[in-house]
Amino acid sequence: MVPKHEILPKEEVERVLEKYNITKGQIPKILESDPMVKKIKAKPGDVIKITRKSKTAGESIYYRVVVSD
Amino acid sequence: MRIIPKRIEKVKFGLLSPDYIRKIAESKIITADTYDEDGYPIEGGLMDPKLGVVDPGLKCKTCGGRVGECPGHFGRIELSRPVIHVGYAKAINKILRAICRKCGRLLLPPDKIEEYRKNIRKYRKVGRNEDPIVEDLLKNAKMTKRCYYCDEEQEEIKFDKPTTFIEGKNRLSPTDVRERLERITDEDAEVMGFDLEVARPEWMVLTVLPVPPVTVRPSITLESGERSEDDLTHKLVDILRINQRLMENIEAGAPQLIIEDLWELLQYHITTYFNNEVAGVPPARHRSGRPLKTLTQRLKGKEGRFRSNLSGKRVNFSARTVISPDPNISINEVGVPELVARELTIPVRVTPQNIEYVKKLVKNGSRIYPGANYVERPDGSRVSLNIKRTEEIIEKIEPGWIVHRHLQDGDIVLFNRQPSLHRMSIMAHEVRVMPYKTFRLNLCVCPPYNADFDGDEMNLHAIQGEEARAEARVLMRVQEQILSPRFGGPIIGGIHDYISGAYLMTRPGVRFTREEAHQLLYAAGITEELPDPIVENGAEFYTGLQLFSLLLPKDINLTYRAKICKKHEVCKKEDCPYGAYVVIRNGEILSGVLDEKSFGAFAGELLDRIVKDYGTDAAREFLDKATKLAINGITKIGFSTGIDDEDLTTEARERIEEILDNAEKKVEELIEAYNEGILEQLPGRTLEETLEMRIMQTLSEARDKTGNIANEYLEKSSEELGRENSARIMAISGARGSLLNLTQMAACIGQQAVRGERIMRGYVGRTLPHFKRGDKGARAKGFVRSSYKKGLDPLEYFFHSMGGREGLVDTAVRTSQSGYMQRRLINALQDLKVEYDNTVRDTRGIIVEFAHGEDGADPSRTDWGKVVNVSKIIHSIVDQRESENVS
Ligand SMILES: [Mg+2]
Ligand SMILES: [Zn+2]
Ligand SMILES: [Zn+2]
Ligand SMILES: [Zn+2]
Repeated sequence: MVPKHEILPKEEVERVLEKYNITKGQIPKILESDPMVKKIKAKPGDVIKITRKSKTAGESIYYRVVVSD
Repeated sequence: MRIIPKRIEKVKFGLLSPDYIRKIAESKIITADTYDEDGYPIEGGLMDPKLGVVDPGLKCKTCGGRVGECPGHFGRIELSRPVIHVGYAKAINKILRAICRKCGRLLLPPDKIEEYRKNIRKYRKVGRNEDPIVEDLLKNAKMTKRCYYCDEEQEEIKFDKPTTFIEGKNRLSPTDVRERLERITDEDAEVMGFDLEVARPEWMVLTVLPVPPVTVRPSITLESGERSEDDLTHKLVDILRINQRLMENIEAGAPQLIIEDLWELLQYHITTYFNNEVAGVPPARHRSGRPLKTLTQRLKGKEGRFRSNLSGKRVNFSARTVISPDPNISINEVGVPELVARELTIPVRVTPQNIEYVKKLVKNGSRIYPGANYVERPDGSRVSLNIKRTEEIIEKIEPGWIVHRHLQDGDIVLFNRQPSLHRMSIMAHEVRVMPYKTFRLNLCVCPPYNADFDGDEMNLHAIQGEEARAEARVLMRVQEQILSPRFGGPIIGGIHDYISGAYLMTRPGVRFTREEAHQLLYAAGITEELPDPIVENGAEFYTGLQLFSLLLPKDINLTYRAKICKKHEVCKKEDCPYGAYVVIRNGEILSGVLDEKSFGAFAGELLDRIVKDYGTDAAREFLDKATKLAINGITKIGFSTGIDDEDLTTEARERIEEILDNAEKKVEELIEAYNEGILEQLPGRTLEETLEMRIMQTLSEARDKTGNIANEYLEKSSEELGRENSARIMAISGARGSLLNLTQMAACIGQQAVRGERIMRGYVGRTLPHFKRGDKGARAKGFVRSSYKKGLDPLEYFFHSMGGREGLVDTAVRTSQSGYMQRRLINALQDLKVEYDNTVRDTRGIIVEFAHGEDGADPSRTDWGKVVNVSKIIHSIVDQRESENVS
């Protein structure tokens, strides 16, 4: 049910930021207290890559940055 | 004017301190009188000339500015006694309960306070809302019974809305309240959520009242010369009067009771001055009995400042009138009455190339069309042309001037119909100036606007700038909106007679002589050469398919099932006797009929293919010509409908009655089985539910059967009589109405329902006194076996109105609810934008979606919502191959 969440490695984060020409602050947020964040043991500042199943696109990638609550 | 762009970083809200109010006040208002005998404003009165000017010609006593230059200045009223500000009464209540009644300290131990302070500072730093923490702190402090600092026992404080506080048995006067709030230390105030730069707790109790500038509450001079003051001024007069009396009584040492009464009255007036709709306070009224519109009322609601003046504004260069249909203009056009064209103008910069032409317009002036309403000199000054001295103006005109000319054919304007629920509610049209007084529009654009002609009105906006015009033309033109972003198919297309017309023309067996064919093509503006005629028994003729084929792109290939397809188990495809299988090869319709699936709005497969493969220009041309051809075809063939379209033969009626009798009998059997307890229960249902479901099912099957019989006979009778049944033609071709409508008109209306159930309400155990208690039969619970044509009996009529009422209520409720939901959604989403890299971002650049809609697809370019339709692509390749083999 819950789509795949994984911590994005540092180099990958850089690549993503460069690709969209953004800073970390422009990535959608996710709370540290989120159950999935706790499960993968992500810390504030980490970027999480979410791979969702999509009806139209097959698979879609979403990024969220962990913030403390 | 030079505009310096600035970015608003933040807006900070705070309280006005008494000192600040005194600082901004240019005048101390002391008297309730406004004007003297000579009609001049009194100094120290509410219309004090220091508060700004509203009369043209006068100068402001404060800044020297005239009307329009002087923004107006505040004054002040020194209150004889403090007064609670209604807007903050709730906050005051919360704070009073959280502080010590004696020393004013927060009722929490020091370490607790420090913990809260740390949390609040952390939240503030990251820009998160600290309200939940403050809320929690106040809740905890409220529980404390004894002060941690002075050991004072606390008493319960009751808040008597809207502005009264009672401690134990004693009433706290605003003075008491203010004193307590004053005792709060800055440190405590911070953790209670105060931003000390802009607010202190005691400022929530007023000691000075700011008086808004006269520009905010201008008085109007009536025709009779009488002055009529603004509601705010009236209210301020009341406040001043009572304030004055209170002061006098205090100074005269009047009894406490009288002073308290006056104080209460002052509180009332100031409360209603801020908000005249406070619960528990009688609204202050005008002499006429109308409630006054005070500060809160100015801002709140649909007619308030925000929704009516800031989110939405009135605009110039717009027109509104009734709409009516015109099948002779293009979908891109809009018919504009000359009357409107003379009123709306477009600025044209004079150049050496257009000066002669422009002078002609100026010569015509504002009254003769086509003319111009005014000219603008390079310095921006304007000369109106509605007078006769145009000759001398014509002399002076030279390149660089701007002439505001009348709307003319071909101008791009925006056209709109409320409620503007989607993009296609505002589209760009080309003007066609016409006689009479209505806006004319092509019927194909009725679906996107959801317009009909029962009195609908629409708005038109004349675009003023070159850039806006170009943008509207490229992005908003009707032909660019044929494909809906909602479902990826055409939303603009044929309706009603266009559909039945195309169907009647293209049905198998329909033939046109050479003369007829030429007439139709000429009327539709088709100049293509006629193909070779079909020869049968030496006679030459043309089919409707041949005529429509002339409009198609020469290389189009397409195969689809028409609307009339009956979905037989075995489809005969090309050989379908009804022509339900449409095959188009190399721009020629080889078989099938054209109906709703050809170029109908919401369904047109052929139109859809033309827009997507050949572009919007081709689609517009096809739609314009195809609809004209269809409308001329149906005019030639002749088409009409009447009540005899619902006539059935005696035999058919008997069969219908029999089916209904059987169904009612079966219902009785089910009830009997239920009563005897031998009804088989459905899984997951109670016995009662099972019975209801079985009955509903039985009756709806019966109704469907009667419908099929009716349809069968209508079809047969048209063959026998040699006269088509028009209602049926409209239903099967998708022009208007459905077979269910036909069933209800000719055969049986069926079960009436309230809340999705058979009708259960009414008397004890029965719906009406005409039935026995506990009767669960078909008729007793709202089954209508009559048809609309036959008419309903009184009981059926009653049940039918119950079902009908629910329908009406549902639509009323749904529209209001969905309207509000739409408002909230739009408010939340209006600034989101799809960037060039396909991400969706807000105005701060924060990403909302990394690919628009997860897949980055534009729904209007998709195949009815699917990004790729593999089977369709295979089909089109097969079709292509086939057509190559043919040639
Ligand atoms: Mg209407
Ligand atoms: Zn002024
Ligand atoms: Zn205390
Ligand atoms: Zn078929």
